[in-house]
Amino acid sequence: MTAAPLAGLPGVAGRTATTRRSLRLNPTLVAGLVLLALIVLVGVAAPLITRWDPVQQDLTSSLLPPGGGHLLGTDLLGRDVFARLIYSARVDLRVGALAVLLPFVIGTTLGLLAGWFGGWFDAVLMRLVDMVVAFPSFVLIIALVFALGQGTTSIYVAITLVGWVAYARIVRGEVLVAKEQEYALAARASGLPTWRILLRHLLPNVLLQAFVFAMSDVVLSILAIVTLGYLGLGVPPPTPDWGSMIAEGQGFVFTKWYLTAAPGFAVVLVGLALALVADGTVQRSGRR
Amino acid sequence: MSAPLLELHDLDVEIPLADGTLHAVRGVSLTANAGQAVGLVGESGSGKSLTLRAAMDLLPVPARITGGSVVVAGRDVTGMRPAQRRALVSSSMAMIFQDALTALNPTMRIGDQVAEVPRQRLGMSGSAARARALDLLHQVGIRDPEQRYRAFPHELSGGMRQRICIAIALSAEPGLILADEPTTALDVTIQAQVLGVLEGLRRDQGVGLVLVTHDLAVVSSTCSELNVMYGGRVVEHGSTDVLLSAPRHPYTAALLRSVPDPDEPVHRLLTIPGAPPDLLQTIEGCAFAPRCPAAVERCHVERPPLVGVGREVRGVHTSACWRAEEPERWPGPIAEVALEGVHG
Amino acid sequence: MSGYLSFLARRLVGTVPVLLGISVIVFFLIHLVPGDPARTLLGVRATDEAVAALHARFGLDQPLWHQYLSFLGRLLHGNLGRSILYDTNVSELIATRLSATIWLLVAATVLALLISVPLAVLAASHRGRLADQIVRAVPLVGLGMPTFWVGIMLVLLLALKVHAFPVSGFGKTPAQHLSSVVLPGLTIALALSPILIRSLRTSMIGVLDSDYVVTARAKGLSHRRVILAHTLRNAAVSSITVLGVNIAYLVGSTLVVERVFALPGLGTMMLDAIFNRDFPVVQGVTLVFALMVVVINLLTDLAHAALDPRIELA
Repeated sequence: MTAAPLAGLPGVAGRTATTRRSLRLNPTLVAGLVLLALIVLVGVAAPLITRWDPVQQDLTSSLLPPGGGHLLGTDLLGRDVFARLIYSARVDLRVGALAVLLPFVIGTTLGLLAGWFGGWFDAVLMRLVDMVVAFPSFVLIIALVFALGQGTTSIYVAITLVGWVAYARIVRGEVLVAKEQEYALAARASGLPTWRILLRHLLPNVLLQAFVFAMSDVVLSILAIVTLGYLGLGVPPPTPDWGSMIAEGQGFVFTKWYLTAAPGFAVVLVGLALALVADGTVQRSGRR
Repeated sequence: MSAPLLELHDLDVEIPLADGTLHAVRGVSLTANAGQAVGLVGESGSGKSLTLRAAMDLLPVPARITGGSVVVAGRDVTGMRPAQRRALVSSSMAMIFQDALTALNPTMRIGDQVAEVPRQRLGMSGSAARARALDLLHQVGIRDPEQRYRAFPHELSGGMRQRICIAIALSAEPGLILADEPTTALDVTIQAQVLGVLEGLRRDQGVGLVLVTHDLAVVSSTCSELNVMYGGRVVEHGSTDVLLSAPRHPYTAALLRSVPDPDEPVHRLLTIPGAPPDLLQTIEGCAFAPRCPAAVERCHVERPPLVGVGREVRGVHTSACWRAEEPERWPGPIAEVALEGVHG
Repeated sequence: MSGYLSFLARRLVGTVPVLLGISVIVFFLIHLVPGDPARTLLGVRATDEAVAALHARFGLDQPLWHQYLSFLGRLLHGNLGRSILYDTNVSELIATRLSATIWLLVAATVLALLISVPLAVLAASHRGRLADQIVRAVPLVGLGMPTFWVGIMLVLLLALKVHAFPVSGFGKTPAQHLSSVVLPGLTIALALSPILIRSLRTSMIGVLDSDYVVTARAKGLSHRRVILAHTLRNAAVSSITVLGVNIAYLVGSTLVVERVFALPGLGTMMLDAIFNRDFPVVQGVTLVFALMVVVINLLTDLAHAALDPRIELA
């Protein structure tokens, strides 16, 4: 009824419900992409931006305040904080993005198959999903990292084993809706082979939601990596990482607050950029 | 006769959308008196629902009144402050909607919903409000209202829910009920019952009715006066008898012609080819012209005004058609209807 | 009342496959560790005889499914193994630490609702206007905030001025317990709020847009009455749903926050166990965390059924 008076009017229904492939880039999406590009650029160009080596210790220059060549001062081991900050971007962003790749691929594939074929495969998969989801994801990740031993590979494996679930659910849900749409029914009626229907017709339409989720999943995965780093279970030292930076600075939070504040803000900034990209993508597609 | 309870003068309603502004109601005028039932008929998208909602100050968020005025009980509410307007509108008129299930609060017992206005706005005590609610439920034909009082909406049938909505409408003691497709979601027997309730209220308590529907059968039995809407405008207006026996607008005739008559052994349904107009655009000429079997050159270029037709003595009969006075020259099927009418 | 009981019974039955699945996953954790599971269970100082004894006792040479069944058997008897570090039954250890975590969870939930619900209602009822824009900006910034960092920043900002709440420890009396979970609870609440606000706002808008609210407005009721009587209860139903979806995240975040605020709960126990390679404890606590999520989900379902008369109980 509330939608009804508007939906009944010709011209309105089509505009609010369909996925429009508009080429217009909305300001949210642009802002997000620009911010993200800047952060990536800073990380990539780190050696050009700062002359300090993030790993180089200098115990004589321990805990210097900002100034005199050190933009953000130095930490306990005399390493330049600003350098560590931007070099961490390399590590955290790279690991965060890569860690999402496998769950995305595996989860999307499984979700696509489960949604399309249904039956026992779907039932088994959904049971599996329920089991994984019963665990707080971080608890499971940390248990897996512990079991597999510390290291970047373990992080990838742990996040993959826990993260595929969300994609499978989302894609399966989208497929369940999409396969009743007219274009899917038409494709089936025309006798096209299943793999072709799945790949050419279904997949492009269900990928949107998975992609939007992937954006926030990168944030979640960076948060997981940073938390692991804070706990000392993350990327092995001496590689700089925002999480371990926060842990190292925690002891001096009252005197040298920027040691913990700065890396945190960096993570927030990355989160903001990715959230803007995700929101902008949703807006662009016209779906809410 | 006393002053009309509701008058709409040249009402315009617009909805700003991403692609432009939808001009959904274009210069609609309408009058409704106490004790009288007026019909507002048209296809989906003709603007009839929004007209009602505008009158009731219940337009959904992006929609706005951008022209004309709404006069309730003799006072122009269009310029009033929201609180004032709401107070006047809700004490003079009430509204019922198509889907009674979603129109009722799913987590509140129906008795409490009927008693809400007496308690909150009329200042009655808890027990007085309950008594009033029971009385209202009785008036709308619900047997054993005491038993039903504590039920939740989803526990009752569609027809009963709609009666409850009517009871709620009555609880404010309105002079006029605006009904937006109240029977469309109900099956035919229940429809008749619900309409019967509304008719009874009109006859016994003088509660007027403005009935919006796309179903001509419904208006023919309930309303004494009809407004036919198309493309956001009223295209024909007059008493029901006259419009059914001698319509003077091709759209009205086409609508009448497309209603199946069970008494006719052979029947070809006349469908109106084409689609309703895009209300995002300004329309040149008559909105119905692209689909009108009787359209001539002038219809596509100049918009016909809503003017009086013929030598009607029983009341006002208006039509917005350049060819309103010459129905005999219209193409076959609709000319037939215009000249001979339909079996009522 | 009987309706609720049968509802609960049905839900409980439904959790059985999930519980089994959880036990399978936890069982497999130990087999992911490279090397001999017996050595992992016993620690680096294990003697060869102890290892052999464990092999015999747990049947570690048997096929996996056989081992799993005996594992399951032990679980059902409440036997979660024995801590290498403390040489005590894991279940006893968990029992001592459970209360701090539960206090924290309750505090976090209450605070999260106190923050998120009013903001979401504010944003929804002022949709499109300034208040809404501001509230909608919160998740953009908030989603990227690491929970533990929020905790540290909170300590930084508050401890300098306000000394009312302790920044570490749990205390002995209930009153001390309460004040010691305020800051960590607030941390989790702040970290969870962006997600909650976003979802709550959407469902609140859904409620405000719904037909029965239009009916209420048609009745000429005051704005306040419309919100209080018609939207709140229905909004509560959707709030519970939203909260339910985020339970796992809520429970998981206690892990790190306990560390930041030195709360002696399950989280710190797990982290200590990880650093001491005390595998049975890690396994046991992981299991308990999953159990907590299942239980809380069940309670959420029950609350949902109690609030929404449309849900069939029988």
